[in-house]
Amino acid sequence: MERRITLPITREMVDTIKSGESLLLSGIIYTARDAAHKRLVELIESGKELPFDIKDATIYYVGPTPAKPGQAIGSAGPTTSYRMDAYSPALIREGETGMIGKGKRSKEVIDAMKRYGAVYFAAIGGAGALLSNCIKSAEIVAYEDLGAEALRRLVVEDLPVVCVIDSEGNNLYETGRRAYLDTIAELRETE
Amino acid sequence: MRTINAALLTDTIAALCVEANCRLPEDMRNRIEDARAEEKWETAQGILDKIIENYNIADKNFVPICQDTGVCCVFMKIGQDVHIEGDLTEAVNEGVRRGYRDGYLRKSVVADPLRRVNTGDNTPAMIYTELVPGEKIELTVAPKGFGSENMSRLAMLKPSDGIEGVKAFILKTVEEAGPNPCPPIVVGVGIGGTFDKAALLAKKALMRSTDERNPDEFYAELESEMLDKINALGIGPQGFGGRTTALAVNIETMPTHIAGLPVAVNINCHVTRHKSIVL
Repeated sequence: MERRITLPITREMVDTIKSGESLLLSGIIYTARDAAHKRLVELIESGKELPFDIKDATIYYVGPTPAKPGQAIGSAGPTTSYRMDAYSPALIREGETGMIGKGKRSKEVIDAMKRYGAVYFAAIGGAGALLSNCIKSAEIVAYEDLGAEALRRLVVEDLPVVCVIDSEGNNLYETGRRAYLDTIAELRETE
Repeated sequence: MRTINAALLTDTIAALCVEANCRLPEDMRNRIEDARAEEKWETAQGILDKIIENYNIADKNFVPICQDTGVCCVFMKIGQDVHIEGDLTEAVNEGVRRGYRDGYLRKSVVADPLRRVNTGDNTPAMIYTELVPGEKIELTVAPKGFGSENMSRLAMLKPSDGIEGVKAFILKTVEEAGPNPCPPIVVGVGIGGTFDKAALLAKKALMRSTDERNPDEFYAELESEMLDKINALGIGPQGFGGRTTALAVNIETMPTHIAGLPVAVNINCHVTRHKSIVL
């Protein structure tokens, strides 16, 4: 029932991932929140090189808790994505194909996803301890001064996510809710 | 007159910070398990199962339930016959500093809202003091995540808007929040007072156990009606659709001005954390 995907997600793979699908991601992802996104986009705008290869990259919006001794990383659930909306279109244009967060996205982000080919996943908000278990290693790539908000490279194994918005713009936040409401309305009628 | 050394406050708060972040209050666990039993939508059932599994992992390994270990809200009901030896504010902040460092909790506070440099130790705490009769101190430590805090709203309604206006504002706030605050949520509502007091009441409403209803029958019924209305919206766990959008609606009220009807809605996620102790 959950499809396994090995990262990176290429532009060709993007179209095969559909809104509503439950997936298990394995491979390399990068972490960045508001502050790191702002710096990345400033680099793009000034024509400078990014601290990692953005082509076919998946970015996880997370600021983990510090690792306890023996842990690869602390609790690591998603943060709310709309705060990255101002920056995501530029990153998608540069090659980003996957985003992991939670919550709604702007029209501008969805337009960029459709135009260039990218998918938006949600991980379970508030399930930081569970998701931490899927992260096998973590290293800081840049912006160490940002603490929890530093840019990290993670190796993940079977990270559970749901594709919320696909490259055609289908959106589970709209379709899932409508399907539920239609179903209970039908049930009421037959009762 | 009783003397309490500030160092005792520091030790107590440090321990409460860690405990509150790793162990969910009993009432919240009961609410989510009740919700799982009631939920008929398959996707929603799967999400609720993973949420419960997450609580269990955090509890077993004594790690934070959520990586947003919050800004630390510290509520203190201080008996007026207590003399505190030492600096109260510094004692609280030292407790938070130690708890967040030794408990491997995330430091999520910036020193200035616009210049945004992290203080590095999760201080200062948000401190709320209240003087009460007696010679005890009741302490509540409540880490507050901002995914849900950002979805909170306040409205200065007109008296003519009445109860229907209040209901509409609560529903609108939850509807607009949608999947963003990590549903299933807890909804704290403050009605009355002034602009600032309404917000404070809403926050205090989130501190009340979800086992308790408002002692005033009129508001207890309003809590129950709003919970049903919110759970008919269909947002569901994580916004993927389903019945379980909210686990509880807690309403607190106070007198207000003849010309006003302030309403504040403070949203909290399914990781509604608070831990209290009486010294």
